[in-house]
Amino acid sequence: MMQPGLYQILFISTALFFIGAYGFLTRRNLITMLMSVELILNSVNLNFIAFNKYLWPDRLDGLFFTIFIIAIAAAETSVAIAIIINLYRSHHSIDVENAEEMKY
Amino acid sequence: MSGSTIIFYMLAALTLVSGVMAVSTRQIFRAAVFVLFSLIGVAGLYFWMQYEFIAAVQIVVYVGGITVLIIFSIFLTQQAGEKMLMPKIGRKVFSALAAFCGFALIMLQLYQYTFASTTNLPIEPSVANIGTQMMGIKESGYSLPFEVVSILLLAALIGCIVIAMKPKPQTT
Repeated sequence: MMQPGLYQILFISTALFFIGAYGFLTRRNLITMLMSVELILNSVNLNFIAFNKYLWPDRLDGLFFTIFIIAIAAAETSVAIAIIINLYRSHHSIDVENAEEMKY
Repeated sequence: MSGSTIIFYMLAALTLVSGVMAVSTRQIFRAAVFVLFSLIGVAGLYFWMQYEFIAAVQIVVYVGGITVLIIFSIFLTQQAGEKMLMPKIGRKVFSALAAFCGFALIMLQLYQYTFASTTNLPIEPSVANIGTQMMGIKESGYSLPFEVVSILLLAALIGCIVIAMKPKPQTT
């Protein structure tokens, strides 16, 4: 086994990103798609922190990007869940196939 | 092999295995719990990199906030214990192929590239340093993005309330 460093962490975050992308493409349920988006956002955060630690340890910029991404992800999730609950009230289902009437 | 290495690979395995389970299980509640474990694994990786503040934020916001929100919305919108429909086999195969191709492409690029790191003295990512820089208005201060994110959070809160509000019954 290799000594863990930047490449190992980038491997993990890339794998997590594409796991999330796979889930986003296969799932047809809005809540599970939201979970996949959370996985993708987390992989990006991991990337920022790893670059900050291993390449630019004299600055804190990656850390601030991560903090802002976490804040925006929380806002996005709450809005998405409000939309999902509203959709469930009117359609009694949260599949994306049934959600296409939203555009009218 | 040192203890730090063993802990790193255990955290990596926790993150990736529960991530795979989260996107492949057919029960939605189990998917939520596996996402929870995946997020805990990412928080553990932040602890491993000694960014304690980010790890604490990750646990408070993601594990404590967003996952609980998702679980509540599952309770509000799903019949408990009902299995989700299997995705079509063609869609599954093509999604897996697309994900694997993207992964292979990025890995190929990554291992051909050598990163050059800086030689300056590192700053300790302590809460005092983070707070000073986040509220700073001098060079590399993050005061303006902080305010913008505050406005965004306020807008998101009001938007959630407006979207999820029940329409008033007609009382005329």
